[in-house]
Amino acid sequence: MIRFLIGKLAYLIPTFIGITVVAFGFVRLLPGDPVLLMAGERGISPERHAELSAQLGFDRPIVVQYLDFVMGIFQGDFGTSLATRRPVLGEFLTLFPATMELAICAIILATLIGIPLGVFAAIKRGSAFDQISMGAALVGYSMPIFWWGLLLIILFSGILGWTPVSGRIDFLYFFPNGTGFMLIDSLMSGQKGAFASALSHLILPSIVLATIPMAVIARQSRSAMLEVLSEDYVRTARAKGMSAWRVVGVHALRNAMIPVITTIGLQIGVMMAGAILTETIFSWPGVGKWMIDSISRRDYPSVQGGLLLIAGIVMIVNLIVDLLYGIINPRIRHS
Amino acid sequence: MKFAHLAMVSALAIAAAAGAQAKTLVYCSEGSPEGFDAATTTAGTTMDASSDAVFNRLVEFAPGTTNVEPGLAESWDVSEDGLEYTFHLRPGIKFHTTDYFEPTREMNADDVIFSFLRQGDPESPWADYIPGTTYEYYNAMEMPALVKEIRKVDDLTVTFVLNRAEAPFLANMAMPFASIYSKEYMDQLEADGNMAALNSQPVGTGPYQFVAYQPDAVIRYKANPDYYKGAQKIDDLVFAITPDPAVRRQRLEAGECHVMPYPSPADIEAMKANDDLQVMEQPGLNVAYLAYNTTVAPFDKPEVREALNMAMNKQAIVDAVFQGTGVVAKNPIPPTMWSYNDAVEDNAYDPEAAKKMLTDAGVENLEMEVWAMPVQRPYMPNARRVAELIQSDFAKVGVNVSIVSYEWGEYLKRSTDPTRKGAVIMGWTGDNGDPDNFLAVLLGCAATGDGGANRAQWCNEDFDALLQKAKVTTDQAERTKLYEEAQVIFKDQNPWATLAHSQVFMPMSKDVTGYVMNPLGRHSFEGVDIAE
Repeated sequence: MIRFLIGKLAYLIPTFIGITVVAFGFVRLLPGDPVLLMAGERGISPERHAELSAQLGFDRPIVVQYLDFVMGIFQGDFGTSLATRRPVLGEFLTLFPATMELAICAIILATLIGIPLGVFAAIKRGSAFDQISMGAALVGYSMPIFWWGLLLIILFSGILGWTPVSGRIDFLYFFPNGTGFMLIDSLMSGQKGAFASALSHLILPSIVLATIPMAVIARQSRSAMLEVLSEDYVRTARAKGMSAWRVVGVHALRNAMIPVITTIGLQIGVMMAGAILTETIFSWPGVGKWMIDSISRRDYPSVQGGLLLIAGIVMIVNLIVDLLYGIINPRIRHS
Repeated sequence: MKFAHLAMVSALAIAAAAGAQAKTLVYCSEGSPEGFDAATTTAGTTMDASSDAVFNRLVEFAPGTTNVEPGLAESWDVSEDGLEYTFHLRPGIKFHTTDYFEPTREMNADDVIFSFLRQGDPESPWADYIPGTTYEYYNAMEMPALVKEIRKVDDLTVTFVLNRAEAPFLANMAMPFASIYSKEYMDQLEADGNMAALNSQPVGTGPYQFVAYQPDAVIRYKANPDYYKGAQKIDDLVFAITPDPAVRRQRLEAGECHVMPYPSPADIEAMKANDDLQVMEQPGLNVAYLAYNTTVAPFDKPEVREALNMAMNKQAIVDAVFQGTGVVAKNPIPPTMWSYNDAVEDNAYDPEAAKKMLTDAGVENLEMEVWAMPVQRPYMPNARRVAELIQSDFAKVGVNVSIVSYEWGEYLKRSTDPTRKGAVIMGWTGDNGDPDNFLAVLLGCAATGDGGANRAQWCNEDFDALLQKAKVTTDQAERTKLYEEAQVIFKDQNPWATLAHSQVFMPMSKDVTGYVMNPLGRHSFEGVDIAE
């Protein structure tokens, strides 16, 4: 197991170096620069442009800027945002709990609905339930998030008035930002109704962010289950007279879950992309919306630092998934 | 429903239990502020959150106008030669008392001098108090070249000595960068080694004082009990950051906020029809235009530019693109600005005459570029569509247009290139309500060249002489005449096709009273109330 872990960690080093290059290069490949955007319609003389670029350190050779960026990371310094002039790491850590809270709720929702949906569809293969649920999954997978989010807001918040439109909690509640997780902070605040308000604000964004992963998980669960159900040992178990639920629940499900866990892990990365749109629609103060703002402002330090941190988190999640995979499936671990 | 209902009921119960009949106004703002230091920003969103809510200036723009009125200075004198402005400060002005600062003295001349010196003195520890700090507006308004000295006459009297007479100086002093800061607070931050806090925990003298900011989510303020014009009618002001206009509308309609800026043009009619809402509107202090490059043939000939302007059906363009949210522009300054010359006649739409004029000028089979910006701006909802309509109009007079666009930063840069081919769609929103801020910035000889905002590269000696004269004349009636004359020269020479002035809309709950729209595009909640 330790060799397996070391092997996985060794993969991370070149990946990490690659990500620093991509994160650093990506934003600089985009046309336009922050000084020009800051000047706007007024324009800026070449001299003043050079002066401001020098003040921001953009006049140095690109390799020096890159090395400076990488060296900074090793010292925990991800740079300072050009727009807010606050440390990038600090900004990220302030906003990340909001994204994480939303992503955790969404992945729980996607898993709790997606797996049973896929498993039942597999068991009832060809039935109306199978057809409808897999059709719905396909629609969910193809849904443009922006449109879907607005549709839910208009229906549930606008017409029915069941849920709040956006934000994380009602403005009547005001308490210090402790953990950054609104559900926990609202509970700890002791203010009556705060937790319910926070929870009600989570419903729509969680559904929107969960939609695509839910569809993927459901379809993956169905095909994995179908494959396992055709295995010899399942036939043997059935032949031995085991109840259908026992066959599915004990023998088939565990094996079918191996590829599903990988899929769930991969969905964390997909979710980071989905979070950008979901957060924008629901005014959710997470890192996705922050990245969009930073890209449009050409805030180099925020974009490169943010990309690196998000990529790092996705890498760690994937590593954990790989390890889980190894635990569940000894063949992987020993191969 | 249960959750939302429960939350609301419980929250109201808490408020009632606390005996707090606090009035809270929620403003669904369009974005996150970069920080709270009004002197360092060029972004309107940041100005709303800092200078308008928290700070005051020596002079202020009177609500709803660009006229300058007394602010922290109750009066001022200007020397005969226009080189000395002496401000008499209002006594008894208190800076905000907050969790992080308790003032021990009232505002005085030291605060005023310090607020400007920190921007103009490169040796000041505040010049670069956070790496990357720039005082862009202080520089853009030419303050370093303009201000020779700021002299303390006594505790409540300050004199600004200028290097040259400059009539727009007073209007500059009402701009956000001229906000007055507490020297005592900044000295405390410097002593504590915590200078960066200036950008996150502001202390001013304004109508509201800062309480808390949760990045990208919410900014909270409370009414300043010591405000020199009297305490505000609302107790708490909340900026709920909501970047998407469709979601802002939903929040407004659901009662989650009281006021929202920048509605989507497509939503305006529906919001006007909503009985629970009121939609305020006013002409924006802006202009959208098409700038020819007057140094490149054949656009160096005024008659060619005039012919092209006559080939353009501007009313149809404004109707199609602005959809009732704009008016055709004939002058380079908007109609709401003083010195607007309404006597100027716009180029009449006459494709036949235009075609003949082009032929007479020896222009045939002209191929030209029209540049369309890739982004929406307050003065321009859809530049691409405008370019397409111009393309179609010009085709009727035998001019073949190709449409060009670049990423916004590149567009801004390349459009100032003196060798640029073709005409560029651009626009401007006023900073201080002074005609000089349009005419000199966008059409003055000093603004030509690489990086300058004179994208027509048009330098007309007569026009420029009028601007220079107006700049050093302090009598507004005299200045008005000079600017009116300048607009006549502009129309005669046609360096631009003036396209449109856009209308600005502000939807809000019917319960909101006392809100006054700001022609400069700022959003201030001073004097606003919510009906019971």
